Amino acid sequence: MADQQDARPFVFTEEQRELRTAVRKFAADNADEQAVRRLMESDPGFDTKAWTRLGSELGVLGLSVPEEQGGVGGTLVDQAVAVEELGATLYPGPVFGTVALAIPALVAASDGPVRSELLGPLVEGTRTAAVAVADRAGAFDPAAVTVQAARAGDDWTLSGTVERVVDAAAADDLLVAATGPDGVALFAVDATAGGVERTPLTTLDLTRRQATLRFADAPARLLAGPDEAERVIGHALVVGSVLLAVEQVGASQHLLDLTVEYAKGRLQFGRPIGSFQAVKHRLADMLVDLEHARSAAYHAVWALGDGSDDPALAASIAQATCSEAFARIAADTIQLHGGIGFTWEYQAQLYYKRAITDAALLGSAEQHRARIARLVLDTASGEAAPAVATG
Amino acid sequence: MNTAADSSRVADAARKVVQEHDPTRVPTREFLAACFDAGLSWVHFPEGLGGLGVSRGLQSVADGILQDAGGPVPFALNPIGYGMAAPTLREHARTDELKRAWLRPLATTENIWCQLFSEPGAGSDLAGLATSAVRDGDEWVVNGQKVWTSLAHRARWALLLARTDPDAPKHKGLTYFVVDMQDPGVETRPLRQMTGQAEFNEVYLNDARVPDAHRLGEVGDGWRVAMTTLMNERSSIGASGSRRGTGTIADAVSLWASRPDLHTPVLEDRLTRLWLRAEAQRLTSERSRAAATVGGPGPEGSVGKLVGAELNQQVYEFCMDLLGPEGILYDDYTMRDMERTDDWRGPLQQRFLRSRANTIEGGTSEVLRNILGERVLGLPGDLRADAGKPWKEIPRG
Repeated sequence: MADQQDARPFVFTEEQRELRTAVRKFAADNADEQAVRRLMESDPGFDTKAWTRLGSELGVLGLSVPEEQGGVGGTLVDQAVAVEELGATLYPGPVFGTVALAIPALVAASDGPVRSELLGPLVEGTRTAAVAVADRAGAFDPAAVTVQAARAGDDWTLSGTVERVVDAAAADDLLVAATGPDGVALFAVDATAGGVERTPLTTLDLTRRQATLRFADAPARLLAGPDEAERVIGHALVVGSVLLAVEQVGASQHLLDLTVEYAKGRLQFGRPIGSFQAVKHRLADMLVDLEHARSAAYHAVWALGDGSDDPALAASIAQATCSEAFARIAADTIQLHGGIGFTWEYQAQLYYKRAITDAALLGSAEQHRARIARLVLDTASGEAAPAVATG
Repeated sequence: MNTAADSSRVADAARKVVQEHDPTRVPTREFLAACFDAGLSWVHFPEGLGGLGVSRGLQSVADGILQDAGGPVPFALNPIGYGMAAPTLREHARTDELKRAWLRPLATTENIWCQLFSEPGAGSDLAGLATSAVRDGDEWVVNGQKVWTSLAHRARWALLLARTDPDAPKHKGLTYFVVDMQDPGVETRPLRQMTGQAEFNEVYLNDARVPDAHRLGEVGDGWRVAMTTLMNERSSIGASGSRRGTGTIADAVSLWASRPDLHTPVLEDRLTRLWLRAEAQRLTSERSRAAATVGGPGPEGSVGKLVGAELNQQVYEFCMDLLGPEGILYDDYTMRDMERTDDWRGPLQQRFLRSRANTIEGGTSEVLRNILGERVLGLPGDLRADAGKPWKEIPRG
């Protein structure tokens, strides 16, 4: 996988198919439904030993980290394959904070001792991270930054509050956007340092935790100065949006498979419910939504790698499509399972909560459609408009 | 497999055709004949029959070069011929001589093709059709009525599905033929549709005679042959243009851009949803093209047809809602026989009315959802009242 280009869009290489099989097997062995339920009701919410194996043995946490930064020099496609499979099982662990946001942010930042020190352990899975950068609809908004940075010589301290940061409760490292004397910069904070207060929150989705962060003169190290912070954070949010979309695809595929099997085996009125057109047609619509979601997500994955499309537009197309598809497929999964689908014991509720959570993270489908409208409709030409009959 | 060698072979052949037969200078038929002879009409067909025996996915390599040089989109000139007749003939015509005799003039568009499938009493339930073919020596004598036949008035040849055994269950008693549209027993009448135009025809078969040599497949095996045709129809309808923002959605976006006075936030989100749906389907077509290997289209083609048809309707409904009172006018309901599908080039209101047929023609959306459910997802079929019964005992009406 060394620094290869994924030449053909939508076509996975043999290595990528093997990677998919390996991650799928790991997730099946370490995060079946029982394990997910046990972990989501315990602390820190995931199996830290398994997470380290994901990073150190399978090596799938920083697949697109360049070799010169200590990574394996794969592509975003490689990373997407792994995230899709982890999403399929709701793999408990800081995929969002560490893999989707923190590692891409570090990769985009200029070389320096802070980056080098942080990146290795995150890729190895020996430490985890969360990113607190105040996005608005999946885009960075410097005006929304709620943390202040103060400088004393070479040392920095941060003060302020960031609410609802995914994966922050258990994170070792926090990447925090803060406003300093020269503008907004990105800082690294050791989560166990003095002046850092973390308040875990009870989340809708117990497999994806959040915490509110309060900094009171917390010691921080500069990761990306005002000259590059916006670019670095923007890059992380776009990559994060695309990886989130791929996760939504993985989970949606799992739900469609699950529901199809149920519709084949569940008998009412003396026949499988899947033979009724009302049920069959809803499943067909779920398939179409899933196919569209997969195409939009994969397009974005490849486009970010080969520059064939505007990254912001590709990411918004992926997020707008995948958020809606996953939420609808998860809701239809409950509906088509009938009563059992509404119970605590059945897995549908876990996926539904993840679907609602994912849809709200990094911009809702509506917010991404609004961005698409600005990028596409506002620049369209009316010259080729069809003639309108006037009677 | 798509080897790089095959790809450059296709590209070389296409460049050679363009060089020797500049499509902007030579007549269309001459250019298309050169494409056929170079094996670029259907690259996955055997050599000598308009193909090179390479992967179907490489067609886009040829089309890209030919069309960039100003070549026509042959599918648009002979849609039933290119999309449905060609793959069926290639697979089922009984001799290589017949295949060549039919395929080359089909490819050049000298011979337009149509299909005689639907009947007044057999729409979605195509296998229930009643047109009969009775053997008479080396010939078959055909009687019945077909409907929704586009291009029948211009067609030289027709694909016909007829009943040869009324005592067999409905799928078992069908046979597939190629009919000469110039036979005296074939009568074509225009069929007027809600746009006012007559884009389709009714075709009456009164003792029309078909040589047995023009039978495709075995007697009683017509349904299987028809599946070749229908799967190709669905995938050809579903395979839309590959540039972002092209196709029907362009009508809505350009109309929107031309009328800023009518913009509202609600309409804007509705249009963005439609654009997004069109884009997701475009990417899905690209993805399935990228994954295409040797072999024919699968039921997945039904996704494109289903989405495209519903999207067309939604796009024109949006346009009409955008225009409000300005939209509820028309240009002219005078009936005209149409060359090809002029409704799509007519005023917006005509396109709007035409789109109602999209979710019916080429497989209703209901049937397509059954296909996705049963053939792609593997769900069980519905209960059937006609299962196993001889065709003649099945209630009709």
